[in-house]
Amino acid sequence: MDWTWFHRLASPPYIYRLAATLTPWFAWPAGLLIAAGLYGGLVLAPPDYQQGDGFRIIYVHAPSAWLSLMIYSVMATAAAVGLIWRMKVAHAAAASCAGIGAWFTVVSLVTGMLWGKPMWGTYWVWDPRLTAQLILLFLYLGYMGLRSGIEDTARADRASAVLAIVGVVNIPIIRFSVEWWNSIHQAPSVMKMDRPSMPAEMLIPLLTMMVGFTLYFAAIMLVRLRAEILRRERSASWAREVVAS
Amino acid sequence: MTPRRRRIVLVVGILAGVSIAGALALRAFQENVMFFFDPTQVAAGEAPTGERFRLGGMVRPGTVERRSGSLDMNFVVTDFKRDVPVRYSGVVPDLFRENQGVVAHGRLGADGVFVADEILAKHDENYMPPEVARAIKDKHGGVMPVDPGKAVDPPSPGAVPLNLKLNP
Repeated sequence: MDWTWFHRLASPPYIYRLAATLTPWFAWPAGLLIAAGLYGGLVLAPPDYQQGDGFRIIYVHAPSAWLSLMIYSVMATAAAVGLIWRMKVAHAAAASCAGIGAWFTVVSLVTGMLWGKPMWGTYWVWDPRLTAQLILLFLYLGYMGLRSGIEDTARADRASAVLAIVGVVNIPIIRFSVEWWNSIHQAPSVMKMDRPSMPAEMLIPLLTMMVGFTLYFAAIMLVRLRAEILRRERSASWAREVVAS
Repeated sequence: MTPRRRRIVLVVGILAGVSIAGALALRAFQENVMFFFDPTQVAAGEAPTGERFRLGGMVRPGTVERRSGSLDMNFVVTDFKRDVPVRYSGVVPDLFRENQGVVAHGRLGADGVFVADEILAKHDENYMPPEVARAIKDKHGGVMPVDPGKAVDPPSPGAVPLNLKLNP
Protein backbone atom coordinates (compact mmCIF):
# COMPACT_ATOMS: atom_id res chain seq x y z
CA MET A 1 0.00 0.00 0.00
CA ASP A 2 1.18 3.49 -0.83
CA TRP A 3 1.50 5.58 2.33
CA THR A 4 2.78 8.83 0.73
CA TRP A 5 -0.58 10.55 1.27
CA PHE A 6 -0.41 9.74 4.97
CA HIS A 7 3.16 11.00 5.27
CA ARG A 8 2.26 14.18 3.43
CA LEU A 9 -0.42 14.82 6.07
CA ALA A 10 2.43 15.01 8.59
CA SER A 11 4.04 17.95 6.78
CA PRO A 12 3.09 21.27 8.48
CA PRO A 13 3.46 23.50 5.37
CA TYR A 14 1.39 21.06 3.30
CA ILE A 15 -1.39 21.00 5.90
CA TYR A 16 -1.17 24.77 6.33
CA ARG A 17 -1.82 25.32 2.61
CA LEU A 18 -4.43 22.53 2.41
CA ALA A 19 -6.34 24.08 5.32
CA ALA A 20 -6.28 27.50 3.64
CA THR A 21 -7.67 26.00 0.42
CA LEU A 22 -10.39 23.99 2.16
CA THR A 23 -11.68 26.64 4.60
CA PRO A 24 -14.00 28.52 2.17
CA TRP A 25 -15.40 25.20 0.93
CA PHE A 26 -16.67 24.55 4.45
CA ALA A 27 -17.42 28.11 5.53
CA TRP A 28 -19.77 29.13 2.72
CA PRO A 29 -22.01 26.03 2.79
CA ALA A 30 -22.02 26.30 6.60
CA GLY A 31 -23.32 29.88 6.47
CA LEU A 32 -25.96 29.04 3.87
CA LEU A 33 -27.16 25.88 5.66
CA ILE A 34 -27.35 27.61 9.06
CA ALA A 35 -29.33 30.51 7.54
CA ALA A 36 -31.68 28.07 5.79
CA GLY A 37 -31.99 25.88 8.90
CA LEU A 38 -32.77 28.87 11.12
CA TYR A 39 -35.44 30.07 8.72
CA GLY A 40 -36.90 26.57 8.44
CA GLY A 41 -36.77 25.95 12.18
CA LEU A 42 -37.87 29.32 13.51
CA VAL A 43 -40.32 30.36 10.79
CA LEU A 44 -41.48 27.47 8.63
CA ALA A 45 -41.69 24.61 11.14
CA PRO A 46 -45.01 24.32 13.03
CA PRO A 47 -45.08 24.73 16.81
CA ASP A 48 -45.07 21.56 18.87
CA TYR A 49 -48.44 20.31 20.11
CA GLN A 50 -47.31 20.46 23.74
CA GLN A 51 -44.34 22.80 23.98
CA GLY A 52 -45.64 25.41 21.54
CA ASP A 53 -42.85 27.60 20.22
CA GLY A 54 -40.60 26.62 23.11
CA PHE A 55 -39.50 23.51 21.28
CA ARG A 56 -37.64 25.64 18.70
CA ILE A 57 -34.60 25.86 20.96
CA ILE A 58 -33.90 22.31 19.74
CA TYR A 59 -32.56 23.86 16.51
CA VAL A 60 -29.61 25.22 18.47
CA HIS A 61 -29.52 22.78 21.38
CA ALA A 62 -29.41 19.44 19.55
CA PRO A 63 -26.77 20.45 16.93
CA SER A 64 -24.58 21.95 19.69
CA ALA A 65 -24.89 18.82 21.82
CA TRP A 66 -24.15 16.60 18.81
CA LEU A 67 -21.07 18.69 17.96
CA SER A 68 -19.82 18.72 21.55
CA LEU A 69 -19.61 14.90 21.36
CA MET A 70 -18.34 14.73 17.78
CA ILE A 71 -15.60 17.32 18.35
CA TYR A 72 -14.38 15.45 21.43
CA SER A 73 -14.19 12.22 19.39
CA VAL A 74 -12.25 14.03 16.64
CA MET A 75 -9.95 15.58 19.25
CA ALA A 76 -9.26 12.26 20.99
CA THR A 77 -8.66 10.49 17.66
CA ALA A 78 -6.23 13.21 16.54
CA ALA A 79 -4.49 13.04 19.91
CA ALA A 80 -4.14 9.23 19.63
CA VAL A 81 -2.75 9.54 16.09
CA GLY A 82 -0.31 12.14 17.34
CA LEU A 83 0.73 9.93 20.23
CA ILE A 84 1.14 6.74 18.20
CA TRP A 85 2.73 8.11 15.02
CA ARG A 86 4.51 11.05 16.71
CA MET A 87 2.69 13.33 14.29
CA LYS A 88 2.92 16.97 15.39
CA VAL A 89 0.23 18.11 12.97
CA ALA A 90 -2.22 15.68 14.60
CA HIS A 91 -1.44 17.17 18.03
CA ALA A 92 -1.96 20.63 16.53
CA ALA A 93 -5.34 19.47 15.16
CA ALA A 94 -6.39 18.10 18.57
CA ALA A 95 -5.36 21.35 20.24
CA SER A 96 -7.37 23.43 17.79
CA CYS A 97 -10.52 21.34 18.44
CA ALA A 98 -10.68 21.88 22.20
CA GLY A 99 -11.82 25.49 22.38
CA ILE A 100 -14.56 25.00 19.80
CA GLY A 101 -15.81 21.86 21.51
CA ALA A 102 -15.88 23.59 24.89
CA TRP A 103 -18.01 26.41 23.51
CA PHE A 104 -20.49 24.05 21.89
CA THR A 105 -20.73 22.19 25.21
CA VAL A 106 -21.50 25.50 26.95
CA VAL A 107 -24.15 26.32 24.33
CA SER A 108 -25.78 22.89 24.74
CA LEU A 109 -25.83 23.27 28.54
CA VAL A 110 -27.18 26.83 28.53
CA THR A 111 -29.88 26.21 25.91
CA GLY A 112 -30.86 23.04 27.76
CA MET A 113 -31.22 24.97 31.01
CA LEU A 114 -33.31 27.69 29.36
CA TRP A 115 -35.60 24.99 27.95
CA GLY A 116 -35.62 22.99 31.18
CA LYS A 117 -37.00 25.78 33.36
CA PRO A 118 -40.39 26.13 31.62
CA MET A 119 -40.70 22.49 30.47
CA TRP A 120 -39.31 20.41 33.33
CA GLY A 121 -39.76 23.03 36.00
CA THR A 122 -36.07 23.41 36.82
CA TYR A 123 -32.90 24.82 35.29
CA TRP A 124 -30.70 22.05 36.55
CA VAL A 125 -30.91 18.65 38.24
CA TRP A 126 -28.09 16.19 38.92
CA ASP A 127 -29.37 13.81 36.31
CA PRO A 128 -27.02 11.28 34.58
CA ARG A 129 -27.29 12.97 31.17
CA LEU A 130 -26.86 16.50 32.50
CA THR A 131 -24.03 15.58 34.84
CA ALA A 132 -22.12 13.65 32.15
CA GLN A 133 -22.41 16.63 29.79
CA LEU A 134 -21.05 18.92 32.52
CA ILE A 135 -18.12 16.50 32.97
CA LEU A 136 -17.50 16.82 29.22
CA LEU A 137 -17.11 20.58 29.67
CA PHE A 138 -14.62 19.97 32.49
CA LEU A 139 -12.70 17.53 30.28
CA TYR A 140 -12.38 20.18 27.58
CA LEU A 141 -11.33 22.81 30.15
CA GLY A 142 -8.90 20.37 31.76
CA TYR A 143 -7.39 19.56 28.37
CA MET A 144 -6.90 23.25 27.58
CA GLY A 145 -5.60 23.99 31.06
CA LEU A 146 -3.10 21.14 30.90
CA ARG A 147 -1.83 22.31 27.52
CA SER A 148 -1.35 25.89 28.64
CA GLY A 149 0.24 24.74 31.89
CA ILE A 150 3.15 22.94 30.20
CA GLU A 151 5.62 25.20 28.45
CA ASP A 152 7.36 22.58 26.30
CA THR A 153 5.04 21.90 23.33
CA ALA A 154 6.11 18.26 22.84
CA ARG A 155 5.47 17.44 26.51
CA ALA A 156 2.18 19.35 26.48
CA ASP A 157 1.15 17.32 23.40
CA ARG A 158 1.84 13.98 25.06
CA ALA A 159 0.28 14.80 28.44
CA SER A 160 -2.87 16.37 26.97
CA ALA A 161 -3.23 13.50 24.47
CA VAL A 162 -3.41 10.99 27.33
CA LEU A 163 -6.08 13.12 29.04
CA ALA A 164 -8.08 13.37 25.81
CA ILE A 165 -7.94 9.58 25.33
CA VAL A 166 -8.94 8.88 28.94
CA GLY A 167 -11.90 11.25 28.65
CA VAL A 168 -13.28 9.50 25.59
CA VAL A 169 -15.07 6.97 27.84
CA ASN A 170 -17.44 9.79 28.76
CA ILE A 171 -18.76 10.00 25.17
CA PRO A 172 -20.76 6.72 25.15
CA ILE A 173 -21.86 7.49 28.71
CA ILE A 174 -23.42 10.75 27.54
CA ARG A 175 -24.96 9.16 24.45
CA PHE A 176 -26.50 6.16 26.23
CA SER A 177 -27.19 7.74 29.65
CA VAL A 178 -30.86 8.20 28.80
CA GLU A 179 -31.17 4.52 27.90
CA TRP A 180 -29.05 2.93 30.63
CA TRP A 181 -30.58 4.85 33.53
CA ASN A 182 -33.82 6.58 34.37
CA SER A 183 -33.18 10.15 33.31
CA ILE A 184 -35.27 13.29 33.13
CA HIS A 185 -33.82 13.97 29.70
CA GLN A 186 -35.86 12.53 26.85
CA ALA A 187 -34.51 9.77 24.60
CA PRO A 188 -32.99 10.83 21.25
CA SER A 189 -35.52 11.98 18.64
CA VAL A 190 -33.24 11.80 15.61
CA MET A 191 -29.93 10.04 16.36
CA LYS A 192 -31.37 6.56 16.77
CA MET A 193 -31.84 3.40 14.74
CA ASP A 194 -35.60 3.83 14.49
CA ARG A 195 -37.28 6.45 12.33
CA PRO A 196 -37.14 9.99 13.78
CA SER A 197 -39.85 10.99 16.28
CA MET A 198 -40.77 14.18 14.49
CA PRO A 199 -42.48 15.09 11.22
CA ALA A 200 -40.47 16.14 8.16
CA GLU A 201 -41.29 19.84 8.47
CA MET A 202 -39.60 19.88 11.89
CA LEU A 203 -36.90 17.34 11.06
CA ILE A 204 -35.51 18.82 7.82
CA PRO A 205 -34.52 22.17 9.41
CA LEU A 206 -32.95 20.25 12.30
CA LEU A 207 -30.85 18.08 10.00
CA THR A 208 -29.94 21.20 7.99
CA MET A 209 -28.73 22.88 11.18
CA MET A 210 -26.74 19.77 12.18
CA VAL A 211 -24.91 19.64 8.84
CA GLY A 212 -24.44 23.43 8.92
CA PHE A 213 -22.99 23.38 12.45
CA THR A 214 -20.67 20.50 11.50
CA LEU A 215 -19.35 22.38 8.46
CA TYR A 216 -18.97 25.51 10.60
CA PHE A 217 -16.86 23.51 13.03
CA ALA A 218 -14.71 22.22 10.15
CA ALA A 219 -14.13 25.76 8.83
CA ILE A 220 -13.30 27.29 12.24
CA MET A 221 -11.13 24.31 13.15
CA LEU A 222 -9.06 24.73 9.95
CA VAL A 223 -8.54 28.44 10.68
CA ARG A 224 -7.41 27.62 14.21
CA LEU A 225 -5.24 24.77 12.92
CA ARG A 226 -3.37 27.18 10.64
CA ALA A 227 -2.76 29.55 13.53
CA GLU A 228 -1.58 26.65 15.71
CA ILE A 229 0.77 25.35 13.00
CA LEU A 230 2.24 28.83 12.47
CA ARG A 231 2.80 29.20 16.21
CA ARG A 232 4.61 25.86 16.38
CA GLU A 233 6.67 26.43 13.23
CA ARG A 234 7.48 30.06 13.99
CA SER A 235 11.22 29.42 13.66
CA ALA A 236 10.91 27.51 10.35
CA SER A 237 11.78 29.40 7.20
CA TRP A 238 8.49 28.59 5.40
CA ALA A 239 6.46 29.99 8.29
CA ARG A 240 8.50 33.21 8.30
CA GLU A 241 7.87 33.57 4.59
CA VAL A 242 4.11 33.11 5.15
CA VAL A 243 4.05 35.72 7.90
CA ALA A 244 6.21 38.17 5.91
CA SER A 245 4.11 37.96 2.75
CA MET B 1 7.92 -4.86 19.32
CA THR B 2 8.55 -1.63 17.48
CA PRO B 3 8.19 1.62 19.45
CA ARG B 4 5.13 2.52 17.40
CA ARG B 5 3.43 -0.79 18.17
CA ARG B 6 4.26 -0.28 21.83
CA ARG B 7 2.52 3.10 21.72
CA ILE B 8 -0.54 1.54 20.05
CA VAL B 9 -0.70 -1.03 22.84
CA LEU B 10 -0.31 1.77 25.36
CA VAL B 11 -3.22 3.78 23.92
CA VAL B 12 -5.48 0.72 23.66
CA GLY B 13 -4.46 -0.27 27.18
CA ILE B 14 -5.35 3.17 28.58
CA LEU B 15 -8.73 3.04 26.84
CA ALA B 16 -9.50 -0.50 28.03
CA GLY B 17 -8.41 0.25 31.59
CA VAL B 18 -10.39 3.44 31.90
CA SER B 19 -13.47 1.84 30.31
CA ILE B 20 -13.41 -1.07 32.74
CA ALA B 21 -12.85 1.26 35.70
CA GLY B 22 -15.70 3.48 34.52
CA ALA B 23 -18.07 0.57 33.99
CA LEU B 24 -17.32 -0.86 37.44
CA ALA B 25 -17.74 2.53 39.12
CA LEU B 26 -21.07 3.14 37.39
CA ARG B 27 -22.28 -0.34 38.34
CA ALA B 28 -21.32 0.23 41.95
CA PHE B 29 -23.12 3.57 42.04
CA GLN B 30 -26.09 2.36 39.99
CA GLU B 31 -28.52 3.49 42.67
CA ASN B 32 -27.03 6.99 42.86
CA VAL B 33 -26.79 7.42 39.09
CA MET B 34 -30.47 6.54 38.71
CA PHE B 35 -32.29 9.86 38.61
CA PHE B 36 -35.64 8.37 39.65
CA PHE B 37 -37.31 5.08 40.49
CA ASP B 38 -40.45 3.85 38.77
CA PRO B 39 -43.42 2.38 40.69
CA THR B 40 -42.32 -1.20 39.93
CA GLN B 41 -38.89 -0.51 41.44
CA VAL B 42 -40.57 1.05 44.48
CA ALA B 43 -42.83 -2.00 44.88
CA ALA B 44 -39.81 -4.29 44.56
CA GLY B 45 -38.08 -2.41 47.37
CA GLU B 46 -35.26 -1.11 45.16
CA ALA B 47 -35.90 2.53 46.04
CA PRO B 48 -34.41 3.93 49.29
CA THR B 49 -37.86 4.26 50.87
CA GLY B 50 -36.44 5.28 54.25
CA GLU B 51 -35.18 8.58 52.86
CA ARG B 52 -36.04 11.13 50.21
CA PHE B 53 -35.97 9.81 46.66
CA ARG B 54 -37.42 10.60 43.26
CA LEU B 55 -40.43 8.77 41.90
CA GLY B 56 -40.92 8.80 38.14
CA GLY B 57 -43.62 7.56 35.80
CA MET B 58 -46.72 8.67 33.98
CA VAL B 59 -49.59 10.67 35.46
CA ARG B 60 -52.48 8.21 35.31
CA PRO B 61 -55.38 9.84 33.39
CA GLY B 62 -58.37 10.82 35.49
CA THR B 63 -56.50 10.75 38.79
CA VAL B 64 -55.49 14.43 39.07
CA GLU B 65 -57.55 16.05 41.84
CA ARG B 66 -57.11 19.64 42.91
CA ARG B 67 -58.87 21.31 45.79
CA SER B 68 -60.12 24.74 44.74
CA GLY B 69 -58.67 27.66 46.66
CA SER B 70 -55.39 25.91 47.42
CA LEU B 71 -52.37 24.45 45.66
CA ASP B 72 -52.95 20.99 47.15
CA MET B 73 -53.30 18.20 44.66
CA ASN B 74 -53.37 14.42 44.42
CA PHE B 75 -52.56 12.22 41.47
CA VAL B 76 -51.35 8.71 40.72
CA VAL B 77 -47.98 7.93 39.17
CA THR B 78 -48.00 4.74 37.13
CA ASP B 79 -45.68 2.71 34.94
CA PHE B 80 -48.74 0.73 33.76
CA LYS B 81 -47.72 -2.16 36.00
CA ARG B 82 -47.81 -0.57 39.45
CA ASP B 83 -49.33 2.64 40.81
CA VAL B 84 -48.14 5.02 43.52
CA PRO B 85 -50.48 7.76 44.81
CA VAL B 86 -48.80 11.16 45.19
CA ARG B 87 -49.73 14.18 47.31
CA TYR B 88 -48.25 17.57 46.44
CA SER B 89 -48.78 21.21 47.26
CA GLY B 90 -47.36 23.79 44.92
CA VAL B 91 -47.00 24.97 41.35
CA VAL B 92 -46.48 22.36 38.64
CA PRO B 93 -44.47 22.92 35.42
CA ASP B 94 -46.16 23.63 32.08
CA LEU B 95 -45.76 20.11 30.79
CA PHE B 96 -47.42 18.47 33.81
CA ARG B 97 -50.39 16.73 32.24
CA GLU B 98 -52.34 13.51 32.45
CA ASN B 99 -50.63 10.71 30.56
CA GLN B 100 -47.34 12.64 30.62
CA GLY B 101 -44.07 11.77 32.31
CA VAL B 102 -43.50 13.21 35.76
CA VAL B 103 -40.72 13.07 38.36
CA ALA B 104 -41.73 13.72 41.98
CA HIS B 105 -39.14 14.31 44.72
CA GLY B 106 -40.17 13.47 48.24
CA ARG B 107 -40.76 10.76 50.77
CA LEU B 108 -42.93 7.63 50.82
CA GLY B 109 -45.27 7.74 53.80
CA ALA B 110 -46.28 4.79 55.96
CA ASP B 111 -49.75 4.93 54.37
CA GLY B 112 -48.21 4.25 50.95
CA VAL B 113 -48.78 7.82 49.72
CA PHE B 114 -45.75 9.56 48.27
CA VAL B 115 -45.57 13.09 49.67
CA ALA B 116 -43.76 15.23 47.10
CA ASP B 117 -42.23 18.66 47.64
CA GLU B 118 -40.99 19.08 44.07
CA ILE B 119 -42.63 18.10 40.79
CA LEU B 120 -40.74 18.02 37.50
CA ALA B 121 -42.29 17.19 34.15
CA LYS B 122 -40.52 14.71 31.92
CA HIS B 123 -41.00 15.28 28.23
CA ASP B 124 -40.91 12.41 25.74
CA GLU B 125 -38.94 12.48 22.51
CA ASN B 126 -42.00 12.96 20.27
CA TYR B 127 -42.52 16.27 18.54
CA MET B 128 -45.54 17.07 16.40
CA PRO B 129 -47.53 20.07 15.28
CA PRO B 130 -50.92 20.58 16.95
CA GLU B 131 -54.13 19.65 15.19
CA VAL B 132 -55.05 23.33 15.14
CA ALA B 133 -51.91 24.11 13.18
CA ARG B 134 -52.93 21.50 10.63
CA ALA B 135 -56.38 23.10 10.27
CA ILE B 136 -54.82 26.53 9.77
CA LYS B 137 -52.44 25.04 7.25
CA ASP B 138 -55.37 23.64 5.26
CA LYS B 139 -57.06 27.03 5.35
CA HIS B 140 -53.92 28.65 3.94
CA GLY B 141 -53.85 26.28 1.00
CA GLY B 142 -51.38 23.79 2.44
CA VAL B 143 -48.77 26.43 3.34
CA MET B 144 -47.92 27.43 6.90
CA PRO B 145 -48.40 31.16 7.53
CA VAL B 146 -45.23 33.19 8.17
CA ASP B 147 -45.84 33.40 11.91
CA PRO B 148 -47.48 30.11 12.90
CA GLY B 149 -47.04 30.85 16.59
CA LYS B 150 -49.42 33.80 16.39
CA ALA B 151 -51.69 32.09 13.87
CA VAL B 152 -52.49 29.28 16.31
CA ASP B 153 -55.51 30.97 17.82
CA PRO B 154 -57.47 29.87 19.74
CA PRO B 155 -54.92 27.63 21.52
CA SER B 156 -55.33 23.91 21.16
CA PRO B 157 -57.15 22.19 24.04
CA GLY B 158 -53.86 20.67 25.17
CA ALA B 159 -52.35 24.12 25.67
CA VAL B 160 -54.92 25.16 28.30
CA PRO B 161 -53.13 25.31 31.67
CA LEU B 162 -54.02 22.37 33.86
CA ASN B 163 -55.35 24.37 36.80
CA LEU B 164 -57.84 26.14 34.50
CA LYS B 165 -59.02 22.84 33.19
CA LEU B 166 -59.45 21.17 36.55
CA ASN B 167 -60.69 23.93 38.79
CA PRO B 168 -64.48 24.01 38.77
